Amino acid sequence: MIRVQREDFDVGQELAALTRDRTSIGGVTSFVGLVRDVAGGEKIASMTLEHYPGMTEKQLAEIEAEAHRRWPLDAVLIIHRYGELKPGDRIVLVACASAHRDAAFDACQFLIDWLKTKAPFWKLEETPAGPRWVAAQASDDEAAERWSR
Amino acid sequence: MKLLYFAWLRQRIGTAEEVLELPREVATVAELVSWLKTRGPAYAEALKNPKLVRVAVNREYVPFEHAVKPGDEVAFFPPVTGG
Repeated sequence: MIRVQREDFDVGQELAALTRDRTSIGGVTSFVGLVRDVAGGEKIASMTLEHYPGMTEKQLAEIEAEAHRRWPLDAVLIIHRYGELKPGDRIVLVACASAHRDAAFDACQFLIDWLKTKAPFWKLEETPAGPRWVAAQASDDEAAERWSR
Repeated sequence: MKLLYFAWLRQRIGTAEEVLELPREVATVAELVSWLKTRGPAYAEALKNPKLVRVAVNREYVPFEHAVKPGDEVAFFPPVTGG
């Protein structure tokens, strides 16, 4: 399941809803991405996430489908926020439910690694020197690359 | 053709979205980029480094040699930084 939204989310409620009445699930892994207060040595007052409505949902659905092809998953949830966020705010939730933990751990890492290089989001940070677009990291490409096959 | 620009490409070009009639000879993304660069210094500046420009046609990533046609939705944006 994919959700792209401005609003915050409650991790506990989301995980409970994901597994409700599905007693074949043996475990859930989750990753929660947060806004950091420092980036590149500069203090971040806020961060604004821009995205490409329509393509974002399409890309996330493709990434979710790929995870289902690779691992035996009972459920996948991706929530990604957009708009203005403050340090400490939640940005993204990725959760994977499976009968066994290995699939859930691997799929969760795969999803966040792929999402970072494929989902059309862009971060604009407010720094003391003014607004600054976050540059893509080579390390993110490398993280995604290890899942390519 | 509907053209969309995001993040710093949107800021440098000065618009998020526009609908343009393309000359007949523009048949690929690369030709579209070359043509856009002739539309003014803002386009030329925004599109000058192809390594920093990603392209989606109808909401799928495509390489610069991909074909474009009237009615397509073509988006230009920097490498993504979500998550």
